[in-house]
Amino acid sequence: MRIHTDIDRCTGHGICESILPSVFEVGDDGLVHLLDGELTETMRAALESAVVECPSQALRLEG
Amino acid sequence: MSNRAGRDPHLVVVGASLAGLRAAESARRSGFGGAITLVGAEEHLPYDRPPLSKEFLTSDDPSPTVLREGAVLRDDLAIGLRLGTRATGLDASGRVVATDDGDIPFTSLVIATGATPRNLPGGDQLRGVHVLRTIDDARAIRAAIDAGARTVVVGAGFIGSEIAASARTRGCEVTVVEALPTPLARPVGETMGRVLASIHERHGTTLKVGIGVDGFEGEATVRAVRLADGTSIDAELVVVGIGVAPNTGWLTDSGLQIGDGVECDDKLCTGVYGIYAAGDVARWHNPTFNARMRLEHWTIAAEQGGLAGRNAADPAGATPFETVPYFWSDWYGNRIQFVGIAAGADEVVTVLGDVEGDSFITLYRQGERLIGALALEQRSQIMKYRAMLSTGASWEDAMAFAKDRAAKLAAKAAAADTG
Repeated sequence: MRIHTDIDRCTGHGICESILPSVFEVGDDGLVHLLDGELTETMRAALESAVVECPSQALRLEG
Repeated sequence: MSNRAGRDPHLVVVGASLAGLRAAESARRSGFGGAITLVGAEEHLPYDRPPLSKEFLTSDDPSPTVLREGAVLRDDLAIGLRLGTRATGLDASGRVVATDDGDIPFTSLVIATGATPRNLPGGDQLRGVHVLRTIDDARAIRAAIDAGARTVVVGAGFIGSEIAASARTRGCEVTVVEALPTPLARPVGETMGRVLASIHERHGTTLKVGIGVDGFEGEATVRAVRLADGTSIDAELVVVGIGVAPNTGWLTDSGLQIGDGVECDDKLCTGVYGIYAAGDVARWHNPTFNARMRLEHWTIAAEQGGLAGRNAADPAGATPFETVPYFWSDWYGNRIQFVGIAAGADEVVTVLGDVEGDSFITLYRQGERLIGALALEQRSQIMKYRAMLSTGASWEDAMAFAKDRAAKLAAKAAAADTG
């Protein structure tokens, strides 16, 4: 399982961070950054929410 | 699978914008094996509305953001599309949606018909006067901005403000007229409403508050907007942004409880088994704030749509919808973000930046609790407060957190200066 961020689309809403603060963080540049740490199956539902709730459609879940 | 109507399972979603699309998609992804039909009044595939008042008006490439291609919906998700089809009635006990293109029987239903902008009397009969909801509205407004129209926006809410900012950014002469003494008092409170309103003046947009619109001048085409004080403002483009009314007219005889929208419980159920509502049209009980709400936010539509679809697919396993409301607005390249609620705040405190500048965070207190946070160009900070709000954080904790963040940011800035 891998999360892909499209920085050209991201505008830094941070919905993903509010859903999974251990995975996503909006940096001082106003864009999403992936934090270190493994994605686990228990996170799948939350990751899927982060993908569909991104207002910029900037996230994609693979695997 | 059996059901009350003794029919094969058929989920019908009425409304093919964000909430309706999410409902249909999530029902299918949650394992619903029956037929799904998505019914939309517009001819277009589901598209994203927020850009219509922003990038669509300002960018070089005014093309709509399609949320999902037809092939994905039809082939990958087996969702039937009935676009250009307007729902006209609901028989809740007979479980049939009436449309202008025939009846559609269902076993479960999601109502996601959204809302319609209010217009001013006579506004719909004059060329040059628009509301903004659909891609077709946006195209007409864009054409007028392209032509350099002198622009009057009636209503200084978020939609009106975004359109004003977009037109101004494109070089138009823009006046915003607001009937209330303070713009945005409902969504962000009086104090911060004034702060946000000042952004317009800094960018050369004229703002007139506390004055109503009396009517329009012009025969077939608008020439000016006449104000209550007898003065008038010349305009080739007038956009009316004075709020929306939920689209519940087709439900009048349905027996569903309709007030300010479709009244739902905390699971978004209308009270009739298997019939749910989501998005701008739905009013529900939000356990996070123990209040009934009807919100016109993108995020709410996305979240509620997803949950209503899952609940409608499996009413016995339905779960409640809890959320910390979030909305954003982009003006003159600046992002405004709000999390939580502003109504009922006892105090607002700016914890970072300067309300007279281009960047700040302001927190909202009610009693001992944090209830909201407003940010201007603080994208890296605001969602920390959404997380706190979702756990019912105390004011004391929020202030301590804010102080800590401010100290860290100051240290980082100092290090950057000396480094």
